[in-house]
Amino acid sequence: MAVCVAVIAKENYPLYIRSAPTENELKFHYMVHTSLDVVDEKISAMGKALVDQRELYLGLLYPTEDYKVYGYVTNSKVKFVMVVDSSNTALRDNEIRSMFRKLHNSYTDVMCNPFYNPGDRIQSRAFDNMVTSMMIQVC
Amino acid sequence: MEAAAGGGCGSGPPPLLLSEGEQQCYSELFARCAGAAGGGPGPVPPDATRVAPGTATAAAGPVADLFRASQLPAETLHQITELCGAKRVGYFGPTQFYIALKLIAAAQSGLPVRIESIKCELPLPRFMMSKNDGEIRFGNPAELHGTKAQIPYLTTEKNSFKRTDDEDKQETQSPTMSPLASPPSSPPHYQRVPLSHGYSKLRSSTEQMHPAPYEARQPLVQPEGPSSGGSGSKPLRHQASLIRSFSVERELQDSSSSYPDEPWRITAEQREYYVNQFRSLQPDPSSFISGSVAKNFFTKSKLSIPELSYIWELSDADCDGALTLPEFCAAFHLIVARKNGYPLPEGLPPTLQPDYLQAAFPKPKRECALYDSYSESLPANQQPRDLNRMEKASVKDMADFPVPTQDVTGDDKQALKSTTNEALPKDVSEEPATPKDSNSLKARPRSRSYSSTSIEEAMKRGEDPPTPPPRPQKTHSRASSLDLNKVFQPSMPATKSGLLPPPPALPPRPCPSQSEQVSEAELLPQLNRAPSQTAESSPAKKDTPYSQPPSKPIRRKLRPENQTTENQEPPTTVSGPAPVATVKPHPTVQKQSSKQKKAIQTAIRKNKEANAVLARLNSELQQQLKEVHQERIALENQLEQLRPVTVL
Repeated sequence: MAVCVAVIAKENYPLYIRSAPTENELKFHYMVHTSLDVVDEKISAMGKALVDQRELYLGLLYPTEDYKVYGYVTNSKVKFVMVVDSSNTALRDNEIRSMFRKLHNSYTDVMCNPFYNPGDRIQSRAFDNMVTSMMIQVC
Repeated sequence: MEAAAGGGCGSGPPPLLLSEGEQQCYSELFARCAGAAGGGPGPVPPDATRVAPGTATAAAGPVADLFRASQLPAETLHQITELCGAKRVGYFGPTQFYIALKLIAAAQSGLPVRIESIKCELPLPRFMMSKNDGEIRFGNPAELHGTKAQIPYLTTEKNSFKRTDDEDKQETQSPTMSPLASPPSSPPHYQRVPLSHGYSKLRSSTEQMHPAPYEARQPLVQPEGPSSGGSGSKPLRHQASLIRSFSVERELQDSSSSYPDEPWRITAEQREYYVNQFRSLQPDPSSFISGSVAKNFFTKSKLSIPELSYIWELSDADCDGALTLPEFCAAFHLIVARKNGYPLPEGLPPTLQPDYLQAAFPKPKRECALYDSYSESLPANQQPRDLNRMEKASVKDMADFPVPTQDVTGDDKQALKSTTNEALPKDVSEEPATPKDSNSLKARPRSRSYSSTSIEEAMKRGEDPPTPPPRPQKTHSRASSLDLNKVFQPSMPATKSGLLPPPPALPPRPCPSQSEQVSEAELLPQLNRAPSQTAESSPAKKDTPYSQPPSKPIRRKLRPENQTTENQEPPTTVSGPAPVATVKPHPTVQKQSSKQKKAIQTAIRKNKEANAVLARLNSELQQQLKEVHQERIALENQLEQLRPVTVL
């Protein structure tokens, strides 16, 4: 489903970014980068009030003609950005949420590994496998 | 093919039916034999005309070698050759070859060599490999001569040899690797490991590997069919090294199954070892080790961080950032395997799954408790054995573990030498603290360590020592300085151990301090006697192997000296095991003894000087004491004289 998945650190540098190999990857990198602005906008708009699951999921950040970009932010300001194909109209909001939840769970598993230093690139094979499963689902 | 060949042959034996696996196997063998010599004449030099031009024949040389490799007696081979018709026709055509192979299989299975035998379902014949490369994969998937067995390769082999349901040990390893003997009674459950699993399958063949007796595999012993996908030489070699190191380390453990059956299967000994390590980090076996603690621990194994990270991923099944006992064992096992060269698996092998480990070894929790009490009660007894094992194990290869070990010992000696060179008596006050700690640190590792791997030594430092024997009373007499008392006190507990560690194998600093304490303890009784003696005793003291160093650094130097002197003369206070313990390491580590001799000699010189100094000091103090006594007497006399005057 997703054509590109990215994990952005708090300081806005990528911890993990993976695109479907068929596409021009640079384009996706650029899209993710520009979407960071929108994410920041949404975060600041939320305010510092209660942060629950709903607010972790930012929803559709912005649509382009070909793609839709969804965002999700964790409590530690780690952002997940997902780019999906616009032609895939079967994707519902709930599905996107569940995908983000899976991403978040895998990310916490990566963090649990004591050999992982926060801020490093994510090289966990389990994480890779999970992202692959997400990307291959529909393709 | 057989029917046609049989028909073409005419008066041959009855057509034999080969299964697919057999067919493939035999055709391969035949191709090898034929190809090896370019299809020459058969074993019986026939007329060239008899050989049909188009028929491929197996050359005599390779065929004979092959038959010999089957390890059947010569008469049986003759019989087989006769029966298969080669003698009759004069060459080894395909039919004859296949029949011969079938007969070989029959003979190896124990069936009589008859034509009827070939009608039965027989396993593939097994051949002991010789050095020829051409004999690789002789019908036995196990023949992986010197080639590294990669999983993909093996999986293809597995596919080709499908008839194997019994996944048995791999026999017929090339003699270049250490051939591994499989006992006839292989535990059946090991044979039933499902084929689907990658490594564990292949490894199941390498079960029951004996480090000590490396005998040639006897195919006759194995009536079962060979397992598919033969284990490569590489895993076997590494397995052998792994086993060697483990078996050496675990001499203390008496277990019937001392050898890992496969890289991903934990033996009882390994299990105990891991459990002990676990308990060193976390005393309660049922709770878990936190991530940071485990990280420090595993980092000592000197694997790269990404690899450690991956191992953690594999072993922490519940991804909670902490390791329970089975998870810890799995992680440790993976690390050990990796250090021995096994590539890490893609997924956690089933034998390392936490639930499997939990089920397979429910006892260790109880055993741990028992072992704990056992170890605590017998620290001394285990120490020499542990040390010996550590020594021996240090010689073996455990990846790069021994290297750091050696480095540490080397560094340690340097440190010792430098400290002894200082020879500052003023440091004595500081010393009592460190010897106590080091003593406590060291004693425990002794009782627990099973290998000389640096990971263990490094990790052992954190272990608590067994309770030292009760301290003997401070039998210090009129010692001239309090420092000596303080210094000699901590040495008392160590004396009860009565063992001096062999110098070369001592990895960390605590070792020497313990030995020093032993020497100090021995010195103490002498010191007690010394003050009461006059200066004449000092020369006698010099003769004794133990000098009385005024400072800690010099005492440290005594360690090698004491040991060599002990080796030379029977120690006075050290018990029997000590010389045994000290003698044992010498043959193993002789390189360091020469260095030590020089060190010892300089130490002897210095100690003698110190001895002289102390003796002089002693005599001077005695003199002073006498003078003071005399003064006191004089004063008392005066007082008495004056008294009658004052008293009225």
